Amino acid sequence: MFDNFVNLWHGFAVAGDPFNILLMVVGILLGVIIGVLPGLGGANGVAILLPLTFSMSPTSAIILLSCIYWGALFGGAITSVLFNIPGEPWSVATTFDGHPMARQGKAGEALTAAFTSSFVGAFVAILMITLVAPLVAAFALRFGPAEKFAVYFLAFCSFVGMSKEPPAKTIVSMMIGFALAAVGLDMVTGQLRLTFGSEELLNGFDFLIAVIGLFGIGEILLTMEEGLEFRGKSAKIDAKVVLRTWASLPRYWATSIRSCIIGCWMGITPAGATPASFMAYGIAKRVSKNGKNFGNGEIEGVVAPETAAHAAGTSALLPMLALGVPGSPTAAVLLGGLLIWGLQPGPMLFVEQKDFVWGLIASMYLGNVVGLIVVLTTVPLFAAILRIPFSIIAPVILVICAIGAYTVNNNVFDVVMMLVFGVLGYVLKKTNYPLAPLVLAIVLGDSAEEAFRQSLLASGGSIGIFWSNPLVSTIMGLGLVAALYPMISNLLSRLRSPQPA
Amino acid sequence: MSETSHGTGTGPTQRNAEIGVALLTLLFGLIVVYGSYLVGFGWGADGPQAGFFPFYVGIAICVCSLINLAQGLRENPADLFAEWSQLRQVLKVLVPTTIYCLMVEPLGIYLPSILLIAVFMKWLGKYSWPLTAAIAIGVPAAFYLVFEKWFLIPLPKGPVEALLGL
Repeated sequence: MFDNFVNLWHGFAVAGDPFNILLMVVGILLGVIIGVLPGLGGANGVAILLPLTFSMSPTSAIILLSCIYWGALFGGAITSVLFNIPGEPWSVATTFDGHPMARQGKAGEALTAAFTSSFVGAFVAILMITLVAPLVAAFALRFGPAEKFAVYFLAFCSFVGMSKEPPAKTIVSMMIGFALAAVGLDMVTGQLRLTFGSEELLNGFDFLIAVIGLFGIGEILLTMEEGLEFRGKSAKIDAKVVLRTWASLPRYWATSIRSCIIGCWMGITPAGATPASFMAYGIAKRVSKNGKNFGNGEIEGVVAPETAAHAAGTSALLPMLALGVPGSPTAAVLLGGLLIWGLQPGPMLFVEQKDFVWGLIASMYLGNVVGLIVVLTTVPLFAAILRIPFSIIAPVILVICAIGAYTVNNNVFDVVMMLVFGVLGYVLKKTNYPLAPLVLAIVLGDSAEEAFRQSLLASGGSIGIFWSNPLVSTIMGLGLVAALYPMISNLLSRLRSPQPA
Repeated sequence: MSETSHGTGTGPTQRNAEIGVALLTLLFGLIVVYGSYLVGFGWGADGPQAGFFPFYVGIAICVCSLINLAQGLRENPADLFAEWSQLRQVLKVLVPTTIYCLMVEPLGIYLPSILLIAVFMKWLGKYSWPLTAAIAIGVPAAFYLVFEKWFLIPLPKGPVEALLGL
């Protein structure tokens, strides 16, 4: 344990470098812009900017990219409060009370509360990562292929169980991701598969293209459907408002702690920030003595979902770093970036790349402090960006997406691929297929398949290897429970309260 | 879904869309199964063959697509997927974007970007020519500076850039 604090101290020395601090500020600003604009979100924003970081050192690059992620988390709150448009799915719950507050002229209070609770949520999650991640990584060093596959199994099962969409839809979307990941050269046998003679498909589908298309183009098409108008409230934040709001926030300590726990838990199991924010809002509404007033501009209704969303978004990096299994699409893109830099996320990272890991963790602390200061001081700027008419901003975003898709592999065909994914994303979203499992499956498909095949090789083809020792059986069992959770909880509630006939 | 209507409040139904998507994913699943069959999905001399994993993935897609199809058939036929007017809005973006993406291959990225921004601003935004020209040329020019000069990442160029000697 003491080792870790020494390592963290070294990490602060790395992250505290003036150049890295500058990168943090740039990253946060870019992230907030990305979070504020329709069609650009954490996942595809990081995907688009990833190629720009190839020339940097991995530590600087990951600091820039993770700060974009923090920025996007902060930015979602701005559009929710001022425009009643959630910039990101996880800020939907923030609109319930945030926007009514803005209409009552309390936009400054709402934003200060949102940013501060985001900060608190993230901070608690980082503390948890600092303490827990090395333990998880040390534990995971013992994992063989079967255990690795079991962890992937658990990750994908929690999607099926946690998602509010029908399980069959979640599975279809996930399996499409696995199928797309399988296209191209098979790493084990060296055979080509599923290419049907097409040369463009030799290298398979790049998940960055999929992310840019699904979330970028798809989102623009969805926005178009709603029409072109943004009508927003203006916001002024001055020191007086900030201090007054801060003075009132400690009253909601119980809500904060509850939301932190919900967020951290939901972030580690890859269900993500969105359900965490809804759950935290729902519970706060039930427990709070102001619960009746939720939805009419209650500040507690902003604190609860924002804390949970940020805690979840941050703790999604824990399984990514310690196990190599990202907890959210954005974490998946960051993982993809690590792979491109030749860093294999997972338990070995904590042994072999100590400087990198602890530099990243230290940068999370600094990045969130920097982020809080930056967003509190620059809100009017971002509100102004939102007033740029959509007919100007939309083609610019389309061009950015196209450039982003091209620069991933310097391939013009990828631009067309991006468009195909965009249309797919629009249709799937409209018919309630979740996109996150699709992206995660494309990223993890090859690793999951490799683990699966290696385990079967070891056992000579018997599925029994996934139940061969207590450790792997426990993880697989947890996976099954996670997948069947809706059914189980349904059954339990029926047992507890017999339904009136 | 071929009927056309000018009134508001009509459009393709959610039910048809759900059924359509389920059929598409079913087709996709069958393609995956067939592709895996081509490379072999059994147990080869050195362990599972290349098609082993995708084969079961394809089967899972097919089974779940059938479930979704059954669910889609039970959907309320009155719910709309989107109104025609909304779909027209979507097409207004989708058609120029498609042309744009196809033009990047022969013409490079800069000229199509200028055209795309200009078309959006003029056609959808009804802005004046000077403002349209300023933004349509300024934004790609800024990208040129950032990518090619600052980050030294070459973007696709076509005959026009070659003529200008860029």
